[in-house]
Amino acid sequence: MWRNELAMQQSCKTPQFDSNGPILVMEQLYKSYQLGAVELPVLRGIDLSIKNGEYVAIMGPSGSGKSTLLNMIGCLDRPSSGHYWLGGRDVSKLSDNQLSQIRGSHIGFVFQSFNLIDQLNVVENIEVPMYYQGLSEYDSAQRARQLAAMVGLGGRLTHRPSELSGGEQQRVAIARALANEPLIILADEPTGNLDSESGSEILNILVGMHKQGRTLIVVTHDETIAKCAQRIVQLFDGCIK
Amino acid sequence: MLAFHLKRTVKLGIKSLWMHRLRSTLTTLGIIFGVSSVIAMLAIGEGASQHAQEQIARLGSRNIIIKTVEPPEQQRTFQQESLHEYGLTYSDAERFHNSIPDVEVVVPVRRLPEWAWYRNRRVATEIVGTVPWHTETTPIQLRSGRFLSSIDMHYKQSICVVDERVVNELFLFDDPLGQDVKIARDYYRVVGIVSPHDLGSGPRESQPQPLNDLASGNRLRGSYVGAIYIPLTTVKDRFGETTMEGSRTSPSTMKRVQLQEIVVKVGTIEEVMPTRDTLATLLERFHKKSDYQVVVPLELLRQARRTKLIFSVVLGSIAAISLLVGGIGIMNIMLATISERTREIGIRRALGAKKRDIMVQFLCETLLLTLAGGILGIILGSFIPYLVTHFSRMPTVITASSEVVAFGISAMVGLFSGLYPAYRAANMDPIESLRHE
Repeated sequence: MWRNELAMQQSCKTPQFDSNGPILVMEQLYKSYQLGAVELPVLRGIDLSIKNGEYVAIMGPSGSGKSTLLNMIGCLDRPSSGHYWLGGRDVSKLSDNQLSQIRGSHIGFVFQSFNLIDQLNVVENIEVPMYYQGLSEYDSAQRARQLAAMVGLGGRLTHRPSELSGGEQQRVAIARALANEPLIILADEPTGNLDSESGSEILNILVGMHKQGRTLIVVTHDETIAKCAQRIVQLFDGCIK
Repeated sequence: MLAFHLKRTVKLGIKSLWMHRLRSTLTTLGIIFGVSSVIAMLAIGEGASQHAQEQIARLGSRNIIIKTVEPPEQQRTFQQESLHEYGLTYSDAERFHNSIPDVEVVVPVRRLPEWAWYRNRRVATEIVGTVPWHTETTPIQLRSGRFLSSIDMHYKQSICVVDERVVNELFLFDDPLGQDVKIARDYYRVVGIVSPHDLGSGPRESQPQPLNDLASGNRLRGSYVGAIYIPLTTVKDRFGETTMEGSRTSPSTMKRVQLQEIVVKVGTIEEVMPTRDTLATLLERFHKKSDYQVVVPLELLRQARRTKLIFSVVLGSIAAISLLVGGIGIMNIMLATISERTREIGIRRALGAKKRDIMVQFLCETLLLTLAGGILGIILGSFIPYLVTHFSRMPTVITASSEVVAFGISAMVGLFSGLYPAYRAANMDPIESLRHE
């Protein structure tokens, strides 16, 4: 599966910043939603600290606020109150443009339903984050091909998502997540839509990435994934137990 | 950096549109038809307008043309039942020459349809009895030999100047200069060849002169091949002062007409209208019956221009409406497309796309649609006038400016109809979008 170990190592170089301190810190994070006249609190005072290179699994029942926490970590939304530092930078009150920039350069998403763009082939899908960071056509294509090879899809570069199996699609998604050398990989039930065989393939890749020094945050129900993690964070009713 | 970004955005747009070929084609149809009809209609209008203006200009913008017309029945004096006398007279011409200032030349013209014979061939011609300065009021050009001269006039010489069409039909390959043409009972020596009247330079149509050319006198019973110019004094002498023929309304009556036409040319454009007023007054005083008609080419020209302006405005409005409709169609489709691709928008935003990036992506797609429509419309629109000219012989002129304008408008339509959908797309909440579908 690891076609090009050297390339893999090179791409796993983590960005420069204080690698001794935590890569992600949340302090008394609150998030509520307005539903008409009612205010619905979802996250109530989250305190979270994740070190660089850690593998953290976030677990909790439905309605515990897992998705909301994921959105917070992924800078898809702003907290109602509290602080969030990512890579040493306070991202709690950034503008939409700034958040987009942070997402694109520092966060690698892996979704449960893969979320590849149907109109694009494997290489083009992996290129998408790089395109938004202004990388040249040539460089991004080259890197995309490397990443594709790395996840074992070197021979399927021109295939479209509809021509790939679930496991293959998720591999493309992972390659895409790595495209801009993110600070953290954020996965939401990465094996939720896969059969057990593909699921364990994906798990292996994730574990491999962790071994190379990547910070991995996985939100999951799956015990097997949680078992591989260094730390499990239990979320219940908007709080960390 | 923006340049290559644009290239990739355009490529992405083309790909998206290509993946939904049918939908894209149907959407652009509105623009294609709108643009092509604008260009085609403008071409037809321009062609007609130019043709009309050319014809009018050929009459001379400093000319005032007074034509003899047969007066309506009621105005005939009953005493002269058998002889119907009307129209412009030689004394009219003299009067114009003497009493009106600012007049450069006065050209009296007499026209009669006659057969012209050469050897054993004959053609139907219009004999034009006129004066040497006739060439100053019409755009005919001397091709060889000479035109009528004052000496010819003075001595009532039996000479003639023929136009090229008569030469082709009558003389075939012989050189006409120096040859004799027989008209009625007399022979006339050809001293010159001129271009035909309704063409400024070179033949474009090889058809006989139309029945009711603006500058010719009365209606001819049949068409004729061309004109033969003979000194007015000679015509007066040989053919008499009057034209004897049955009139249309009562075949037994005979017509007496001295001149079919008098052309007055003034020095400057400004003098045209005042002179025309003076002429009108003069004519009214000396003509009891309304047996004349004053044609001022300058006025016609102005009218033609006004007509064209109105036409353009009407056309412009129709085009604007059709393009508006096309634009609304495009906006509708883009909104539907964006709704379909909500998930994709969410994904892109999650991957780092800013609102601006999304906006540019979809605006680009819309612009591609309308510009493609515009180009296809221009191609189709340029093709239609050719068909029109081919089948109906109407002249059409495709102006470069109309194509530029049409293209510009299709770009504008694209921009405006794409702005709102693109804005909607850009402002979708990424989290909601990711949950979509």
